[in-house]
Amino acid sequence: MIPELGHFALALALVVAFIQMTLPMWGAARNDGRLMALAKPAAMAQLLCILVAFGALMQAFIVSDFSVAVVARNSNSAQPLIYRIAGLWGNHEGSLLLWVAILAIYGAAVAAFGDNLPPRLQARALAVQAAIALGFLAFMLFASNPFARLDPAPPDGAELNPILQDPGLAFHPPMLYLGYVGLSMAFSFAIAALIEGRVDAAWARWVRPWTLAAWLCLTAGICFGSRWAYYTLGWGGWWFWDPVENASLMPWLAATALLHSAIVVEKRDALKGWTILLAILAFGFSLIGTFLVRSGVITSVHAFASDPLRGLFILVLMAIYIGGALALFAWRAPFLKPGGLFAPLSREGALLINNLFLATAAATVLLGTLYPLILDVLGLGTVSVGPPYYNATFMPIMLPLAALTAIGPLLSWKRADVAGAMSRLKFAALVAAAAALLAWWLEGGRPLPLIGIAVAGWLFAGTLGEFAGRTRVFEAGAIGRMRRMPRSAWGMTLAHGGLAIAILGMTGSAAWKQEDIRDLKPGESGTIAGYVYRLESVGAAEGPNYHVTRARITLMRDGDTVTVLEPEKRFYPEAETTTTEAAIHTTGFADVYGVIGEPDGKGGWAVRFYYEPLVAFIWIGALIMALGGVVSLSDRRYRIGAPLRARAARIVPAGKGAAE
Amino acid sequence: MSRSKRLLFVLPLAAFATLAAWFWMGLAPNRDPSLVPSVMIGRPVPAFDLAPLVAGKPGLKSDELKGRVTLINFFASWCVPCRAEVPLLMDLARDKRLELDGIAYKNKPGDTEAFLAELGNPFTRVVVDDTGRTAIDFGVYGVPESYLVDKDGVIRFREAGPLTPDVIETQLKPLLAKLSQ
Repeated sequence: MIPELGHFALALALVVAFIQMTLPMWGAARNDGRLMALAKPAAMAQLLCILVAFGALMQAFIVSDFSVAVVARNSNSAQPLIYRIAGLWGNHEGSLLLWVAILAIYGAAVAAFGDNLPPRLQARALAVQAAIALGFLAFMLFASNPFARLDPAPPDGAELNPILQDPGLAFHPPMLYLGYVGLSMAFSFAIAALIEGRVDAAWARWVRPWTLAAWLCLTAGICFGSRWAYYTLGWGGWWFWDPVENASLMPWLAATALLHSAIVVEKRDALKGWTILLAILAFGFSLIGTFLVRSGVITSVHAFASDPLRGLFILVLMAIYIGGALALFAWRAPFLKPGGLFAPLSREGALLINNLFLATAAATVLLGTLYPLILDVLGLGTVSVGPPYYNATFMPIMLPLAALTAIGPLLSWKRADVAGAMSRLKFAALVAAAAALLAWWLEGGRPLPLIGIAVAGWLFAGTLGEFAGRTRVFEAGAIGRMRRMPRSAWGMTLAHGGLAIAILGMTGSAAWKQEDIRDLKPGESGTIAGYVYRLESVGAAEGPNYHVTRARITLMRDGDTVTVLEPEKRFYPEAETTTTEAAIHTTGFADVYGVIGEPDGKGGWAVRFYYEPLVAFIWIGALIMALGGVVSLSDRRYRIGAPLRARAARIVPAGKGAAE
Repeated sequence: MSRSKRLLFVLPLAAFATLAAWFWMGLAPNRDPSLVPSVMIGRPVPAFDLAPLVAGKPGLKSDELKGRVTLINFFASWCVPCRAEVPLLMDLARDKRLELDGIAYKNKPGDTEAFLAELGNPFTRVVVDDTGRTAIDFGVYGVPESYLVDKDGVIRFREAGPLTPDVIETQLKPLLAKLSQ
């Protein structure tokens, strides 16, 4: 009965989405306040309906109702509760429900917190949101029903893919979806602005916090995913250039570009058409990612069970949303009031260069991701380009971008004093040179890693230097100046500093990773990076729904025991799948990563060890970047600064406001 | 607004339309494999001399390909279709009429070893093309890619992408029967 209730709630949400899409849009065209006002309650009703559906499916997973086909295919009564809950989004239908639920949450947030928006813009943006919801709800109801029943119900379910049975599943997909789907906000506002024919500073100020929220969730989501892949896939890698990873990287690059170009719209009333285009593309990349993951056109380790029919459905949706948006762009964008021209050597010029680099990087990743498909359609077979392609193309774009990131914030708006900016970077240049020298002294002279380390040092010191210059750190009253510094400036410092830290980690772990693979009998040992590891024993144990093979490995350095590592192999009999659980010893500056493999049949076991210098900095850096997003989001101009509302009678005592 | 400037705004739409058309063709269940033959077919193998993956094992030189039929498979541990192809290669390796040699394309030796240890090693020799030079000389599109070389060291067959049971039965094996006479 409850699944039927969920199904009905989905159908109801479809109807509500149709109303929310049509009437407010019509009302906005006719300037009819009553019709426009429908958008807000409709967005709330839609959220309610979808939450009911979500709750119904969650209930089916929790109580293991195997008469629901999705539950029977992806859950099992022996699974721990957390994986029965998270199993909801570990499959195609359930993850779509999560997708529309998050879409509805964002829509309701615009309705609830968008009081400072001009009513017409709000009505139109909510109508576009509803149009997106409508398509995906129809997709669920007609081609991917999560509430489909099985008769007779099987006594027990098949299992959730064991690789997904990890605490990471509880956080990674919801975070990632908050990012993907959050980009729909920028998209909806862009469409609404194109219909209105007006993009101005106020528009940018409304769009930017939503983009920022989506961007920080996407950053955190990618970070969690990378960490998860690192400890669970057992190869010691943290990024595989898998199509599905690329599907999250492309929207991230576009969203990063959008964040920066929206500043130019806000401050200088320029780059409007380009910003609108980026808003469309950022969400467009999200949709392309959804298509790639679910249609089976590209081979990937992450792909959901592929189904060409579903692929066709998403392709049609994509053609309507992206194609429609770009057609509207081609028609309306030429009529946007052009902003002023600006000097190439200025803050806005630097932001434009940032955008060109990021757009090129996104195009590079897109080409690499689609290359197999391009050849396949030409009948040339399915091949992949792997890390060699990305190392040769993506790195040469991103490293100069990171280097320029240190310069941009030092340039002033309109016309910058480049010589002055460069002279303020002397300290950064010194740090970069010192960092490269140190790396050369420690690890030797391959050029690319040294460049990476130098760029990381340059960006970190440049960012700190900008912060020190802004707050005049060494003069009296610096604390007060720091407290008065806008949160958005804090956010920038954190995000750029985080990027520098992440680059340090990426360079170090990619360049100086060591590995040691050997067959060991208990009592025998191997060496890696100055450590000695000795296989003590291999034993068996039982998990809730799997058998464990667990090795005890003593890790030693200079004769002293550092720690005992217990890497595991888990065999899930229901799914007939084996997973590896790496054991990781971290010093903070490096990880020693051990994995137990197959027995060699002669009493020995394959043991793999990896030494990963600086690897943890990747995730620390990424989380600092996301934290920068959070801090920036709390900037007072987003809380109270929207122009209309500022003019209304809300008076902030000057001292208090400034101190916030 | 000038005409050329207006065209600029249509560009994104045109690019997306191309992409969507490509996706649509990608979805077609029985795509027409209008095979473009490799220019290398009928030509002698390019000269190469590659070092073995594991020190002490034999390497592979182009001169050594004379006098036997060889299937050369370019692969890498980071390539998903390569993983899928290994079981088929394991079957092929049992065929005494050919020698199956693997060239690890731009792959760290440790990764290659882990890959072969995990999935099984179908190859008689495993050699390393670290720079991708040999792959360029062969005209490799990407990995996996396989070349059948006859007793005179001439390339007779090329498959870009993973071998499939169908390709093995209908193309590779008949050709092999002819070449091994």
